[in-house]
Amino acid sequence: MLGQQLINAVSLGGVYALFALGFTLIFGVLGVVNLAHGAIFMLGAYAALQAVTLLEVPLVGGILAAMAISGMAGWLLDRMIFAPLRARRAPHLAPMIATIGLAIVLNSAVEGFFGAENLRLPIDILPADTLKMSGVQITWLELQIVVMAVLLMGALFWSLKKTRVGCALRAVAESPKAAALAGIDVEGLFRLTSVIASLLGGVAGVLIALYTNAVFPLMGQPMLHKGIAVVILGGMGDMRGALLGGFFLGFAEVFSVAYIGSTMRDAIAFGLLFVILLIRPEGLFGKAAQRRA
Amino acid sequence: MLKLSSISKRFGGLQVLQDVSLELPPRGIVGLIGPNGAGKTTVFNLITGLLAPDKGTIEFFGKPLTGMPPYRIARVGLVRTFQNGRIFRDMSVLENVLVAMAHQTAYSAANLFLPLRRFRSAERREQEIAHDLLFRMGLFEKAHRLAGELSFGDQRRVEIARALATNPKLLLLDEPAAGMNAVEKQQLMDEIVKLDENGVGIFIIEHDMRFIMGLCRHILVLNFGRVIAQGMPEEIRADPAVIEAYLGRDGESVTAGTGIVI
Amino acid sequence: MEWLESFWTTYSTLVLSIGTNVLLALSIYLTLSCGLLTVANAAFMGIGAYTAGLLTVHTGTPFLFALIFGSLLPGIVAMLIGGPTLRLSGVYLAMATLAFGEVARILILNTEDLTGGALGLNGIPQMTNVLHVAVAVTGALYVLLRLAASPIGRTLTAISQDETVTELMGSDVRAYKLFAFTLGAVLAGLAGALNAHFTFFISPNEYGFERAVEILAMGVLGGTGSPWGAVLGGVLVTLLPELLRGLGHYRPLINGLILILIILYSPKGIWDLTRFVRRPAKLPALN
Repeated sequence: MLGQQLINAVSLGGVYALFALGFTLIFGVLGVVNLAHGAIFMLGAYAALQAVTLLEVPLVGGILAAMAISGMAGWLLDRMIFAPLRARRAPHLAPMIATIGLAIVLNSAVEGFFGAENLRLPIDILPADTLKMSGVQITWLELQIVVMAVLLMGALFWSLKKTRVGCALRAVAESPKAAALAGIDVEGLFRLTSVIASLLGGVAGVLIALYTNAVFPLMGQPMLHKGIAVVILGGMGDMRGALLGGFFLGFAEVFSVAYIGSTMRDAIAFGLLFVILLIRPEGLFGKAAQRRA
Repeated sequence: MLKLSSISKRFGGLQVLQDVSLELPPRGIVGLIGPNGAGKTTVFNLITGLLAPDKGTIEFFGKPLTGMPPYRIARVGLVRTFQNGRIFRDMSVLENVLVAMAHQTAYSAANLFLPLRRFRSAERREQEIAHDLLFRMGLFEKAHRLAGELSFGDQRRVEIARALATNPKLLLLDEPAAGMNAVEKQQLMDEIVKLDENGVGIFIIEHDMRFIMGLCRHILVLNFGRVIAQGMPEEIRADPAVIEAYLGRDGESVTAGTGIVI
Repeated sequence: MEWLESFWTTYSTLVLSIGTNVLLALSIYLTLSCGLLTVANAAFMGIGAYTAGLLTVHTGTPFLFALIFGSLLPGIVAMLIGGPTLRLSGVYLAMATLAFGEVARILILNTEDLTGGALGLNGIPQMTNVLHVAVAVTGALYVLLRLAASPIGRTLTAISQDETVTELMGSDVRAYKLFAFTLGAVLAGLAGALNAHFTFFISPNEYGFERAVEILAMGVLGGTGSPWGAVLGGVLVTLLPELLRGLGHYRPLINGLILILIILYSPKGIWDLTRFVRRPAKLPALN
């Protein structure tokens, strides 16, 4: 039983981490709190659903469709909202408010097109076989979720550390002005970051859709709140923190449901968030953000 | 009147101030000079309560300031201006000054509902005092202009007028002459002398040596976070440690801690 | 007066909605005017609605007292959470208040015995009429207009421009922010209490994210220049979906678009455009 819970925790935690990474990436590099990240996550899930049901592609195709759609959404987000506000040197709250608006627009639009009901991924997509490992049953599904999440995150961390683009990105996150002086295409990198971050969110959407077998327009909202909790827990802009925080939340939720009951599950994330914000807003790893006076 | 005892402050890996002690008399104009990055603005930030010292104490008229929030320190009579001039750009000159007087007006909830007479007369008195201040600073005709639209020199004056509106006992001026031409600097010097005559203590950070030497009776020199010399202008001019501090540097260096990350 | 009666039967809900929305717009105007972006007002509205509704349904409290308690309780909650929360800056404050809103909603969902949980609270007596709303709106507007012209209002504006300097000039910034936050919560609670007593049925989802966005849209549309902006914002956000025939369904979408468009093209809100017609003030006589 414990083993099963552990697997659940790891799968759920992996998805949370993936989502949180995208969220924190945008904050760390662009300095923007993207409250439309949940809506883009939801778009990914719907994209996969449509690809799989309409085009009848296998799951991989669905994931690619999710990446395409959410990546495009990220591109548009930067091009139409973040870039103009950057050019105007708008205050930090401005893009955040705009993303709130975008989130609601996307939620409503999707609800208008697809209806508000819970949609499900077709059965044959979901691998039903189970593996037995040291007395614990893992479904192929969960295994795939974990592998997918870990692969993507690994790719992200690797490219940030080892590739030139990754280096450039870290430089821009540190200081856009210095990076520009060094000849880095800062605007291009901002755009790329938005695409990558949204892509991660979109894939997280597919994975959650697999995990819970539910796709509905408002699925991004609770996810967004949890993502915020994770990112604040781990420190805004801190990738390690998002990773660890995501797994931490996954574990906290799975084990509290098992031992406390499921009704207050969503409240766990918020309760944590609230407490962290009050005690140590910079999170476990982040730099101090609270104003002094 | 103002006494710093063994003040030390560190930002991460950088020891910005080390064992700084100084004492200001109740009257007179005192200068604080030193190369860029010496820690001068940090001293102001510590005095006004924006930062807390790691070690040491700050006393004002014998009362310790440690732990006091900035607004209380301001009410006790310690007010500062800023290097880049931080006025409320989207408010009028008059409003800038009135904000600084807000804590001096007794205002009760009842006045929200009815324009009661005693509040009306209090508000009128407030306006008179504010206009008077503006007149003294030569800003009377510009009272209703947006502060952000004024010339640089005028904006500095607004900042000083605003600080004066709090009825300070000690005014901390952070590079008030920066960016001014010779004529404006002379005007500013005259205004500062007048403030001194009116009984307001002045503590100035400046780079313009003529300005400082012309105004101050007592000068403190800071370098790398330590007080390396203090005394009258003639002594400072001749002090070898001071000369070396200035000549030994290659031009501008990147300053650390010239403000708070808000 | 026949046309008035038929007008009323068709449009009573709309007029009352405008009224409560103006109250909500004023509540967020207050916090925005000192630079606080809080999205907790929807939650405060909910707390007010549930408090007043539960009082009249379960204990038969007279309407007026229900309104009073419905306004005061959110204010008390605001004072409690405001202390630690308002220390946070910009984005952190927004997120903390977002989280608070969700916590409140989940609490209501999980206290079924008291509040009816997800099924909502039914059978609230329909006691609100246009007079109540008119008095509430007029009262709130009057107080806020006087506030805006007072030293308190001036200081709030200064805080929104440069908080540190305002504190260095002797103002207890934390107290001012708490004041704005609490008064905003009281107004939102009042709006909720009034609203509950004409929709006669309330549920937790009414005070969630969509409501918070709607309130934010009103505040952003109206801008922070003047309480009249908030009035304009409240009226427009209520009427817009109705005027565009049949788009009442897409209210959230419209609110979202409003937010995006205003932020991109007219960040100070619509009211700011009237800045150009303000009369120049007169100088007092010397001495």
